[in-house]
Amino acid sequence: MGKTIIEKIWEKHVVHREEGKPDLVYIDLHLVHEVTSPQAFSGLRMKKRSVRRPDLTFATMDHNVPTINRSEINDPVAKNQMDTLRDNCLEFGIPLADLDSPEQGIVHVIGPELGLTQPGKIIVCGDSHTSTHGAFGALAFGIGTSEVEHVLATQTLWQTKPKTLKIEVTDCLAPGVSAKDLILFIISKYGVNFGTGYVIEFCGAAIRKMSMEERMTICNMSIEGGAKASLVAPDDTTFAYLNGRKYVAQGDAFLDKILEWQQLSSDEDAVYDHSIEIEGDAISPMVSWGTNPSMTAPVTDRVPYLNECDTDTEKKSLERALSYMGLEEGQPITDINVTKVFIGSCTNSRIEDLRAASEVIKGKKVAPGVEAIVVPGSQQVKKTAEAEGIAQVFIEAGFEWRESGCSMCLSMNADIVPAGEHCASTSNRNFEGRQGAGARTHLVSPAMAAAAALHGHFVDVRSMAGITV
Amino acid sequence: MSSFTEMKGKVAALDRTNVDTDQIIPKQFLKRIEKTGFGQYLFYDWRYKPNGELNDDFELNDPDNEGASILIANENFGCGSSREHAPWALLDYGFKVLIAPSFADIFKQNCLKNGILPVVLLEKDVSYLLKKASGQEYELTVSLEEKRVYDDQGFEAKFDITPYWYNMLLNGWDEIELTLQLEGSIKVFEGKHLEKII
Repeated sequence: MGKTIIEKIWEKHVVHREEGKPDLVYIDLHLVHEVTSPQAFSGLRMKKRSVRRPDLTFATMDHNVPTINRSEINDPVAKNQMDTLRDNCLEFGIPLADLDSPEQGIVHVIGPELGLTQPGKIIVCGDSHTSTHGAFGALAFGIGTSEVEHVLATQTLWQTKPKTLKIEVTDCLAPGVSAKDLILFIISKYGVNFGTGYVIEFCGAAIRKMSMEERMTICNMSIEGGAKASLVAPDDTTFAYLNGRKYVAQGDAFLDKILEWQQLSSDEDAVYDHSIEIEGDAISPMVSWGTNPSMTAPVTDRVPYLNECDTDTEKKSLERALSYMGLEEGQPITDINVTKVFIGSCTNSRIEDLRAASEVIKGKKVAPGVEAIVVPGSQQVKKTAEAEGIAQVFIEAGFEWRESGCSMCLSMNADIVPAGEHCASTSNRNFEGRQGAGARTHLVSPAMAAAAALHGHFVDVRSMAGITV
Repeated sequence: MSSFTEMKGKVAALDRTNVDTDQIIPKQFLKRIEKTGFGQYLFYDWRYKPNGELNDDFELNDPDNEGASILIANENFGCGSSREHAPWALLDYGFKVLIAPSFADIFKQNCLKNGILPVVLLEKDVSYLLKKASGQEYELTVSLEEKRVYDDQGFEAKFDITPYWYNMLLNGWDEIELTLQLEGSIKVFEGKHLEKII
């Protein structure tokens, strides 16, 4: 019987296997940030332990960082957390893309950008969106702080071999429909826990045609469907993206790497624990209306009616969501007004995302009463966008152009949506209070967020004249 | 980690599905660099009104639930962010056992690593317990040794836990210490493996 790519990567990393225990697997890359690491470093210090492989560890600060006025951090608690990361990296010899580094950015944007993320690796980080790195054919998943400490001390983790789920996306996405719409569609159809216990392999013609950045968007949000990891087998698109990046082998050594990476695919007769097929060309631009990512509908559709619920639990949950979001049952999606627009986050803050949004707004103005911000995923993305003139397009349309970080995706810094306001956001979670206490988040693609910024409510980006995103 | 064998405690019911870790501990409280002191912020946006007053409508604020050490919730409890601050907050507040029809993967691991026992029971049993613990004081006994949850009115349910975590929790072992005993194996593996990876 053939093997899936997931099993192939797994088997290459088993350090120790013993009856009645999970496998002890080796970790090739450990990404670290300021919020989920301080207690892990304290734990090491308390037990007089060291970091086993600082050379396989890489840190940056992203969650807390201000996106304006970086030289002055007004929140003393946040500042302490950033200072603590800096001190820890210095003490344990861990490379750090500090706040003033040209390499700083959201951990899941800079990993791929620097070429740290590579096919076949097992990658972890104290952040649930670590699944993003799976786009390269790596097995990448989020961990808690105890596990961060375990990896720092041992470069390994005890992990139960996951079940495998194949999601095949056929055809290709229609014009105006993006990778974000596809993953939102999948979660809206199958729910927020269909992937619990599984690692997903995304495959099929629609996935093959996607750029690395689109694949990252899809893998990024697999955790919103409950799957802590998902991946796409590497191909020429992957190799072309990695070629020449800082931490990737160069010259002949790179060609050798490609030969090795080409072995990373599921065998034709591989057996998955579960399989799903999705018609890529049947998907529309999606907008979340509720308080978890499965509460999402096509922009052409409406909010559900209470009498459409199958169970009491479902009905109660819908009532809560409608009340929190300030929406009526049956309300058309395009009738939802927005006063905030956020383009950013580890889901959608890469250069292609900014290009797609800028195409929509070029030569137009943000609607009166709407505050819109763009937060590039990294300093490198920011620099590229400035060089391409994209930053100028945003600024002229009335967007604020910020420094890189997680920003309004989780609003740990000063970028907060006020209570009661609706935000069209390219981020990944629409949980209650995620963007601020009482904030009402609607998850959308960059093009859809840009369109909402221009109109002050959701519109189908496909209906806007001359749009070819 | 302290060991877990058996406990009897008051039960609080939170009859909600997909409770995410952003609700368990909102992001504004993640900036601390310690593991302690998070209990005061548990379910903060649900426990308190925007003006800082106690929200009487929230389940945990019901006087019947004061001092509860067992929390019963609905499916997919702990979804979302990997923040271990969520189990730290639950533990600091006083919860030692969580019961639900299902838990999110990362959250469940985070609980186990902190000595909190996540108990998965059948939906019908969870529904029964949610009813029992709503609007009145209710106590359950949870025995890890016997993998059994029961009350003194005849309710009883068995639960499953992997042999690995069964032993880890019963003995209160330090996982890192155990792994470091395999240093020899890690070193041999690493030597061969990294030649290929780097």
